[in-house]
Amino acid sequence: MQADVAIIGAGPAGLAAATVLARLGFTQVVVIEREAQPGGIPRHCGHSPFGMREFRRVLRGPAYADRLAAAARAVGVRIMCDTTATALLPGPVLELSTPAGIAQLAARAVLLATGTRESSRIQRMIGGQKPGGILTLGALQGMVHLNGQRPFSRPVVLGTELVSFSALLTCRQAGIHPVAMVEPGCNVIARGPSWALPRLLGVPLMMQSRITEILGRDRVEAVQIVGPDGTRRIATDGVLLTGAFRSEAGLLAMAGIAMDPDTTGPVIDSFGRLDQPGYFAAGNLLRPVETAGACWAEGQRAAEAIAAYLSGALPDREQGAELQIVGDAIRYALPQIILPARPGWHDRVQLRLARAARGELRLTQMGRIIARRRINARPERRITLSLPAGVTAAPLVLTLDERG
Amino acid sequence: MVAATSGFDVAVIGAGIVGCAIARRFAIDGARVVILERGHDVLDGASKGNSAILHTGFDAPAGSLELDCIRAGHAEYLQIHQRMNLPLDRAGALVLAWDEEQQTALPALMAQARANGVTDIQPMERADLLQAEPHLAPEIRAGFRVPGEALIDPWSAAHAYLYQAIAHGAELRCRAEVTSARRLADRWDLHSGAGQVQAGLVVNAAGLWGDHVQRLLTGESWFQIRPRKGQFVVFDKPAAALARHILLPVPTAVTKGVVVCRTVYGNLLVGPTAEEQDDPDCATLVPETLDALRQTGIRILPALAGQEITAAYAGLRPATDEKGYRIRADLSQGLVTVGGIRSTGLSAALGIASHVAALAGGQSARQPQHWPQMPVLAEGGARDWRAPGNQGLVCHCEKVSRREIEAALTAPAPANSLGGLKRRTRVTMGRCQGFYCSAELARMTEGRFTQPLTGGGGDAG
Ligand SMILES: Cc1cc2nc3c(=O)[nH]c(=O)nc-3n(C[C@H](O)[C@H](O)[C@H](O)COP(=O)(O)OP(=O)(O)OC[C@H]3O[C@@H](n4cnc5c(N)ncnc54)[C@H](O)[C@@H]3O)c2cc1C
Ligand SMILES: Cc1cc2nc3c(=O)[nH]c(=O)nc-3n(C[C@H](O)[C@H](O)[C@H](O)COP(=O)(O)OP(=O)(O)OC[C@H]3O[C@@H](n4cnc5c(N)ncnc54)[C@H](O)[C@@H]3O)c2cc1C
Repeated sequence: MQADVAIIGAGPAGLAAATVLARLGFTQVVVIEREAQPGGIPRHCGHSPFGMREFRRVLRGPAYADRLAAAARAVGVRIMCDTTATALLPGPVLELSTPAGIAQLAARAVLLATGTRESSRIQRMIGGQKPGGILTLGALQGMVHLNGQRPFSRPVVLGTELVSFSALLTCRQAGIHPVAMVEPGCNVIARGPSWALPRLLGVPLMMQSRITEILGRDRVEAVQIVGPDGTRRIATDGVLLTGAFRSEAGLLAMAGIAMDPDTTGPVIDSFGRLDQPGYFAAGNLLRPVETAGACWAEGQRAAEAIAAYLSGALPDREQGAELQIVGDAIRYALPQIILPARPGWHDRVQLRLARAARGELRLTQMGRIIARRRINARPERRITLSLPAGVTAAPLVLTLDERG
Repeated sequence: MVAATSGFDVAVIGAGIVGCAIARRFAIDGARVVILERGHDVLDGASKGNSAILHTGFDAPAGSLELDCIRAGHAEYLQIHQRMNLPLDRAGALVLAWDEEQQTALPALMAQARANGVTDIQPMERADLLQAEPHLAPEIRAGFRVPGEALIDPWSAAHAYLYQAIAHGAELRCRAEVTSARRLADRWDLHSGAGQVQAGLVVNAAGLWGDHVQRLLTGESWFQIRPRKGQFVVFDKPAAALARHILLPVPTAVTKGVVVCRTVYGNLLVGPTAEEQDDPDCATLVPETLDALRQTGIRILPALAGQEITAAYAGLRPATDEKGYRIRADLSQGLVTVGGIRSTGLSAALGIASHVAALAGGQSARQPQHWPQMPVLAEGGARDWRAPGNQGLVCHCEKVSRREIEAALTAPAPANSLGGLKRRTRVTMGRCQGFYCSAELARMTEGRFTQPLTGGGGDAG
């Protein structure tokens, strides 16, 4: 098999990129999707709001997913579902597992848009037994929204990110009544009115608390929680793990593609390019999590970058400057390699803090501040720093001056 | 309720790896066999979590029954594994000395290995070791290689024994905890969760509950189970490239110590610990211990520091108040007790089975008529995701196809729980631990498990 551009992942990022590429005149754009239907994560998000930026309407996840797929197909994109990319080979060539067996697909360029997932129980190092009834929100949403099932009825919810609050809504829809919402930090991570939701739904919010042990043989029976008031055992029939996203990057790690331990995704340059020729990445694969709209926009930019690459219009990756993070306040920043402006350029640095902090964010090049911004933010808040078009290839240093 | 059944020659209590191997032997030899298992599915006791090493017996107690069974079990596995598609990774082991004391212990260990009939061991200097294992920490001092130590799939091996037993007429009953027993003139009358069973010979292969079952049968037990917990951490697939051999420490009096090795599924594991406890039913994970294991792994293979942990598990060894296997036959009572199969049962199971058959007066002479074909789960093997007609993947991390899951749900001993399905297919055992496939699995298995995935109390349960 042969394509102009092969895209792995039919989520918002992959479908947006495919649509733009087809509009730019590429006739053979193929999207590889391992699920039976395109749409990515929004397909299992029974809730709104999706689509404000893309379609100027408020849509529920599945409707939004359908529109993205329809838009791509309308311009001639081929979406291959039930097809899993199993290896990334030089070329670029993809190894695919299809219901008809193994196949190879050669392309002039490949875009990886495989998205993100939530950390598992072990990645959060929660001790205890291993009974049934421990789920991530992603798994729960699939069970509730795709199957109409109810895997537990009074779980403990871990996390207070934005998705943790949609977890409460998913639970409510399914007639599930969480017995507590647990947050290890001293603040709720999500911003805005989400704060009020637990109280509204009658779910006690336990701050500065950790689930230290899960108990139960066949099914979850209780959890042990350590908090400011000591150790408590709460009877429950499930544990719902929300957030703590990490990139779905196993395919890349196996291919030996350079990874960034801070973002958990690949190292990209300003064009979303990876360190293996012909490979690009976009969407939530790049970092723990962003909204669907942001991923969609990133997919569009990636399409432009790929088009420029295929016409020979991108500078060499080696000419880029490595972005160095100094200090412990910044958890991650991308793109990790910065090049001067061209089509499809990431025109801003995206970053997150490791802890709540305020001060002036500064990007310096050869001792000169080339971008700056005052911030006062908590860890999960989205922060960007616009890059001037004239950035050169000299080393770049990102710092947070907390006195400022 | 299941009606009373009489007319079994042999009732095996417990479908761990040992019970499955024993049932296989008796069934091949022509006996009418029933296997009674307390769990929703087989292999839910000690056999659920181990290091998956097919041992040679090089470090087993000299002259012990354990050594004989390991050697016989190892040999028989080599004979039969290809006929049933069972994987065998002939990685070989390196026994490693990290300090002077351990280094001085090496000659005696090598002498023991040779005395145990493992004569192909090779002493290795530091430089040899670093050449054989380029990622090994430079502090390594010396060691020796045991070429015969190998890696297998602990679950498909046991399932293969079970399926072969079933193909020869054996019957498996799950959720069949034996709760009382009565000795009649020439046979036993057992009450279980799945009805009443009569059999001429009872084999107590109840693993972690061996002493308890012994008391049920005879009113007392001459051995006492002292469960010894072993926790493990599992690193993601890229880490498997860091170790070619099974890396063993110099053993101590208590434990074989923490091993670093690949699995046949292509991960890398570090473990187990050895922790005494009373409860045979509860193997808890302790984050501090798991972190310490990770650190131990990094001390042995420094490059593990950058690798992701994808899973952790814990198993319980059915150790007893003495070191050796506790196997005893009382044919006047129609009873064979197979207790205390501590930390080598995976390797020894086939050998134990022949020994038990011999104790019961059998010849173990017949050849099997049926060779069930096990699904290939080993990394790099002829996996179903590479084959036509696989119906698409359900579990993306472990690349488990829809067809493989359907097969496990309709096998001779179908998966009855998520645990059982995991052990038959590896579904949900990869890096995402079910984030992607749980929903599809819950859909596919609805109404098919005796322990449902969506068993969450309330009226939806
Ligand atoms: C539980 C949950 C709730 C969320 N709720 C919201 C919300 O309410 N609003 C919002 O804006 N955002 C939400 N998000 C964030 C959401 O993930 C992103 O907004 C968006 O879906 C990211 O788009 P993407 O294209 O990068 O990746 P995804 O949508 O994750 O799509 C990636 C696609 O790649 C496929 N794929 C991965 N690997 C392979 C492979 N090897 N071969 C073939 N296909 C592959 C996957 O099956 C998937 O379809 C939520 C995320 C989660 C996990
Ligand atoms: C950490 C660890 C690492 C190990 N590493 C290795 C290794 O690398 N190589 C190796 O060879 N061995 C290894 N072993 C040892 C091996 O796993 C055990 O020796 C073996 O699993 C014991 O199997 P079993 O069948 O005797 O017991 P079990 O697996 O415990 O089986 C007994 C069964 O009996 C059932 N049962 C109990 N009571 C009743 C009842 N009343 N009625 C009906 N059924 C009942 C139970 O449910 C259970 O399924 C290891 C063990 C551990 C724990």
